[in-house]
Amino acid sequence: MSAATLDDLAPVEADEPGDVDGSEPEPILDLSQVRKTYSTGTIEVEALRGIDLVVPEGDYVAIMGPSGSGKSTLMHILGCLDIPTSGTYRLAGVDVGVMDEEELADVRNRRIGFVFQQFNLLATLTAQRNVELPLVYARVPRAERRRRATEALERVGLGDRLDHRPTELSGGQQQRVSVARALVTDPDLILADEPTGNLDTASTLDVLSLFAELHEQGRTVVLITHEREVAKQAVRTVLIRDGHLYHSHEEEVAGTEALATLESGAEPDPASRVPLWEHGADEPEEDRP
Amino acid sequence: MTWADSFRTAYEAILARRMRSVLTMLGILIGIAAVMLTVGLGQGAQERVASAINALGSNLLIVTPGSTTSSSGFRGGQGSATTLTMGDAQMLANPTIAPDVAAVAPASTSNQALAAGSQTWTSSVVGTTPTWLSVRARTVTEGRFFTEADQAAGNTVAVLGATTASELFTGNPIGQTVTINSAQFTVIGILDTQGTSSSTNLDDQVVVPMTTFASRISTSANPEAVSQIYLQAKDQKSLSAAYQEVNAALLTSHGVTAASPDFTLSSQQSLVETATNTEHILTVLLGGIAAISLLVGGIGVMNIMLVSVAERVREIGLRKALGATPSVILRQFLLEASLLGLTGGILGLAVGYAGAAILPNLLSQPVTISAVSAVGALVVSLAIGLAAGVYPAQRAARLAPIDALRSE
Repeated sequence: MSAATLDDLAPVEADEPGDVDGSEPEPILDLSQVRKTYSTGTIEVEALRGIDLVVPEGDYVAIMGPSGSGKSTLMHILGCLDIPTSGTYRLAGVDVGVMDEEELADVRNRRIGFVFQQFNLLATLTAQRNVELPLVYARVPRAERRRRATEALERVGLGDRLDHRPTELSGGQQQRVSVARALVTDPDLILADEPTGNLDTASTLDVLSLFAELHEQGRTVVLITHEREVAKQAVRTVLIRDGHLYHSHEEEVAGTEALATLESGAEPDPASRVPLWEHGADEPEEDRP
Repeated sequence: MTWADSFRTAYEAILARRMRSVLTMLGILIGIAAVMLTVGLGQGAQERVASAINALGSNLLIVTPGSTTSSSGFRGGQGSATTLTMGDAQMLANPTIAPDVAAVAPASTSNQALAAGSQTWTSSVVGTTPTWLSVRARTVTEGRFFTEADQAAGNTVAVLGATTASELFTGNPIGQTVTINSAQFTVIGILDTQGTSSSTNLDDQVVVPMTTFASRISTSANPEAVSQIYLQAKDQKSLSAAYQEVNAALLTSHGVTAASPDFTLSSQQSLVETATNTEHILTVLLGGIAAISLLVGGIGVMNIMLVSVAERVREIGLRKALGATPSVILRQFLLEASLLGLTGGILGLAVGYAGAAILPNLLSQPVTISAVSAVGALVVSLAIGLAAGVYPAQRAARLAPIDALRSE
């Protein structure tokens, strides 16, 4: 098993997975029939009921849904913080469903940059030390760490706040620090979980323009939110509700209707669904090719 | 994460909670200092007893009349029996009978009232031969010791211990007269200062020739009887051989069996062991109580580490999200606990040394802290920190990143 995993990793480490033997570039995210079931005591809760999602490199996707929709569970799966109960999840061509905890930690470290709603900065460390943190776990030498952290902070416009502690920064600035922390490892994916949830309007626009900038530079960004205004900033939006994904990028109208339906709280009109589970959810036995 | 980074993280975590860290270390500090001081007190006392017994003379064997059994029962009335005589001493001095014995000094002891002018003093009067001086490893600081000639003539000369001399005389005692048992003795010498050996003050005694003691002082029915025979072996190596020779010679000449001897033969080593035995038991007892306080300190470290893990659930979750593996988290918390233990140990060591410098002035007891016990204290404090950290660190390492991030 480990040998196969290593083989899978090899082309990815070249950072250009698509160039090997000239085939189609591997998508950054490739979820197929991902299910997640939690058991709380005797009750089984199905948080994700067969998610299919493909995010190519350079995409900027917003995953939108109300609370209880399975949004957080999906974010945990995407972030390799949790593994699917069934289905496969390939991150940059690597199947992460078969990894143990140490391997998952390594994938999180090298391939994913997290931005959290609560910022999650360590209060005792300066901005620079906070940004350095992922590099510490990647065993990058200290001098290089400092250089890269400084660069990342300069990139988010905080080059003059290197030695400030989180408590000495505004909410918007703190979130910029955590974006810098997400960028510093040069990850395949930037995964933002309600990044504007704790910010005022000005800071929200500030942080969102930062994501737009990153997208223009060719970064892959997945943004999870419950706010429509925020989701609108992304190139495309997928909706999540009751553990199902509804894609709305192909037909603006369908997406808008789906959004409207979601916000009104009514059951979505089955006709407006463009669910990828059309392939499999009705016939769960069938495996994707 | 490199070891240097793990160390830095642990160090910063301790520093970030200064008050709590200091209190936690205090538990280890007190435990280590208490163990070091009790062990140091015990060692100091043992060393003092050992050095006092060694002051009796080197390579020394002592024969006393009567016998003690191993269960410390007395047989044949030890001390009061008159089974040991001058004849035994002369026999043991014969090189063909006991070739490994270098010198023999028989001695009889009697407590007597002394008088010099208006001054009176009660002291132990020892009748012995001139060899006593070398066998007991004593020297004369003033005047001279008595000679074979004094011994042969039965001269009424006396050599005084330093304390005895100062109690009886104010000026120079040499040439003065001291009255013992209504006989006039001329003071010819003063012994060097030795200190106290268990119950006997070696500086408070009067030494007179054996012949003079027998005729003028002894109250014993048998004037030939002696209360001890001191024997000096040729060197350290021949001590055991000398012991065997003396034992065999006395058994034969007294016509008794090894199972029921009428004398007791002891070596310096056995005396030291007997004398330090009680001290040792006390040391173990006190050390045990101190060790319990150290254990309590260790539980304190574990407690604070558990609190620390509970408080930092979010931080642990974040570190895991950013790529910390379970083993790195485990290492970080183990390092933190060990650092608490070791720092407490180092501070405890410092307090122990300070106590060792101050306590002797208050208790008039020597406190000896050996390098071995100092290093041992550091190793123990490190081990306690490490052991106390295992459980909390495992809990931290096992936290699922999502549960950790979710908690508020």
